[in-house]
Amino acid sequence: MIILQKRKDIPTFLTIAVPIIAILITVLAGGIIFALLGYPPLAALYEFFIAPLSRPDQVGNLLVKACPLIIISTGLIFCYRANVWNIGAEGQLILGAMGAGWVALSFPEAESPFMILAMAVMAMLAGALWGAIPGLLKIRFKASEILVSLMLTYIAIFLVDWTVRSPWRDPLAFGFPLTKAYPDAGLIPVMSLPGIGRLGQLHWGVPVAFLVAICGWFYLTRSLGGYQIKLMGDAPRAGRFAGFNQGRVTMFVMMVSGGLAGLAGMIEVSANIGMLQPQISFGYGFTAIIVAFLARLNPLAAIAAGLVVALAELGGDTAQISMRIPKVVTGIFNGILLFMLLAGETLTHYRIVWVGVTEKANIEKASIEKASIEKANIKKDGASHG
Amino acid sequence: MTKAPRKLNPKSKDTPLLASYGMTKSFGDLVANQDINFSIYPGELHALLGENGAGKSTFIKMAYGLLQPDQGYLEWRGERITVTNPQQARAMGIGMVFQHFSLFEALTVAENIALALPPDFTRQKLSQMIKTKSAEYGIPLNPDSIIADLSVGQQQRVEIVRCLLQNPSLLIMDEPTSVLTPQETDQLFQVLKRLAKQGCAVLFISHKLDEIKQLTTRATILRGGIKVAEVKTKDQSTRQLAELMIGAKVKEIGTLSTPKSSKTLFSVSGLSRSAEGPFDIALKDISFSVKAGEILGIAGIAGNGQSELMAALTGEWRPASAAGVNKIMIGAADMTPLAPAARRRAGLAFIPEERNGHAAVPSMTLSENALLTGYDQADVVRRGIINHDNTLAMARHISKTFDVRQPSDDPLASSLSGGNLQKFVVGREIIKSPQVLIVSQPTWGVDIGATQFIRTAMANLAKQGSAVIMISQDLEEIFQIAHHIAVLNNGQLSETLKVDDVTPEHIGLLMGESPTRSGKARSGKARVSS
Repeated sequence: MIILQKRKDIPTFLTIAVPIIAILITVLAGGIIFALLGYPPLAALYEFFIAPLSRPDQVGNLLVKACPLIIISTGLIFCYRANVWNIGAEGQLILGAMGAGWVALSFPEAESPFMILAMAVMAMLAGALWGAIPGLLKIRFKASEILVSLMLTYIAIFLVDWTVRSPWRDPLAFGFPLTKAYPDAGLIPVMSLPGIGRLGQLHWGVPVAFLVAICGWFYLTRSLGGYQIKLMGDAPRAGRFAGFNQGRVTMFVMMVSGGLAGLAGMIEVSANIGMLQPQISFGYGFTAIIVAFLARLNPLAAIAAGLVVALAELGGDTAQISMRIPKVVTGIFNGILLFMLLAGETLTHYRIVWVGVTEKANIEKASIEKASIEKANIKKDGASHG
Repeated sequence: MTKAPRKLNPKSKDTPLLASYGMTKSFGDLVANQDINFSIYPGELHALLGENGAGKSTFIKMAYGLLQPDQGYLEWRGERITVTNPQQARAMGIGMVFQHFSLFEALTVAENIALALPPDFTRQKLSQMIKTKSAEYGIPLNPDSIIADLSVGQQQRVEIVRCLLQNPSLLIMDEPTSVLTPQETDQLFQVLKRLAKQGCAVLFISHKLDEIKQLTTRATILRGGIKVAEVKTKDQSTRQLAELMIGAKVKEIGTLSTPKSSKTLFSVSGLSRSAEGPFDIALKDISFSVKAGEILGIAGIAGNGQSELMAALTGEWRPASAAGVNKIMIGAADMTPLAPAARRRAGLAFIPEERNGHAAVPSMTLSENALLTGYDQADVVRRGIINHDNTLAMARHISKTFDVRQPSDDPLASSLSGGNLQKFVVGREIIKSPQVLIVSQPTWGVDIGATQFIRTAMANLAKQGSAVIMISQDLEEIFQIAHHIAVLNNGQLSETLKVDDVTPEHIGLLMGESPTRSGKARSGKARVSS
């Protein structure tokens, strides 16, 4: 029979190789799917992964697509390192967009350059508060943050839907569920690069995303706060022993990730849409989860991972236009990629071993012993919970 | 099921009951057993002696059919055999009592035993058999008791009776006394001696040298997977045995200096804590004090409130209201409402029992582990940013001073052996020269070399004028370095006694005196099986 045996030390090359192998297998699987669907696989893969990079303006659009993914996944990495499983970034993004929208719509005449700053602050506040709810319920009532944050996403989706249909609807929008357009001061302008000029839709949110990832990386790897986060994720008991407060860390990472998701929502609207509408995000909050794992919870790597995943998104559009391949294939790609990453994660920490019957009995015995040790630890752990 | 015959034929006196020839077993690069020749005769009390990792467990697992040797073979009553699984070993007449019991807490004694036996016993017949068998060996058991309600010593009896019901001719006991009081140990030894008299061989695995001298006649000593000696135990002093076991001269810790009467450095008064979870032990009105230069040993069997006491002392648990009678003082300063970090700043240092995930983080490097209790120190963290060079220097300094053997410059804590990681954890606290050191089970699961090192370090800290509070299950340890002793039993602490005035037997009585263990268990324990 086959069993999974925990590795004692993890070879360094594996930690780097696994995400790359996962991407390669995903591409391979994609080719097989195209072939099964009756499309020429090589041409389809070309459209998906290479064509989007063949024109400079497309490179700009790729960066624009990656922008929210990078910002959101940086925040999610804070959570996941602390062993807090926020999967409600989508909802936090929407709340952020609404917070910024409220500022923009409240000052329709504004011309101040601080307008955009105020919108960003309000977006982060709103997102952080939406993220604080599951955090608070987790530390107060031990409610699963996975469920609560996901459920809050649906509340957020309906909240923005209702808002743009009733209280905030533009009376001149011919009954369409849209708000008034933001004033110019509330929009993020397209960037003009020296010597190149405009690069597709490349806007000022993109450098902000890079900056967010770099700051996040610095905080997580160099600061005492980042150390606390890792400690609470790896060994909460040692964290309490060191004198850190687990509840405080939980709230902090939930609010950071909520705030960053909110910022991404504000950038998305101000740079690309210019008003609130029922659909703001195209699942960025969920796709960013894949980005965070593809980056192995490292914000710097999240820049690269965000670009890879954005490429698949963009390629889906290209392939739909040029080869009439349905857009849902992008979702399939993302699904396969996440699956491969999780499999890779498991195989990094465990090796596959074939065993005979007697050794199986031995392993079972060992697992009984392990269970009894763990039981004793739970007793102790229960004892030390204040 | 074939029952091994209890009556032995006369010629078997010269034939070993179980013998091994050239047994070798490797796990990857690690040779756990190399060329082990071993024999045990009917009715013999034989010790298998060695430090953690010497290969004792590997050897008995091969004898019990849990592992297969790479080379070499076993003989049973002079016939070459292959033991492919524990069922076969039991059928041959080998019984084994594991260090970690494999009992279901929610089931009764009889139900647990029935699980291990062939299904052809009726419940009533089995209950009767359990009663007779346990009474016969002077370890009475009620077949209808629920395991969760029994003390650890009683649970071990269930395991023993379970083996005895299969009429073994060889009983293997893996570190059986580590969970027992001295009195329970005595009772166990009487049972084992009785078994031996009836012709059953007993293979006794331990690293406690006094016990081995007291119980067994012959000892096979393993070191690093190799058999280094086979001796008659009565010809050897415990010190000689220890030297055979670790392969080096055992360093004496040196005589204890008696502290001059000085000021009280640390005191606890009226510490009470109710049981919050199903497995918690309530602490009842605990009071003690320690003077400068003094080591106070807190004895007691695990599970009598040690972890609850430790959490209250570190500040990981604090009383809900400051108004209670709870008082934890360092000098004249009240520590009671302070969190662990603030208590450390006031001059306390703590070493919890569990190395992995409590006192240290296996998945972090040593420098990160140094930071765990050192982030308050100067030059380590400035404006929230960690100075990596200085944490690394701190970790190196600890490793150098406390002889921590490590595979690379700044390795993961998980790559250190238990003894070396414990030296690091102890060193991390002692190097700060705390006014008061509070340590729980400082040498639990640590090899002899590291044990001596750690005990010496604690004794030296006390010599420099610090106070040390040492919670330990190991009486030998307390008698070796502590000046005073108190016993924790079911959440209550006895009065503090001078170590010179008490005997281990006296302490043993205090450890096991209250019969309320089962009462406690009945009142609140969730009966969930593992």
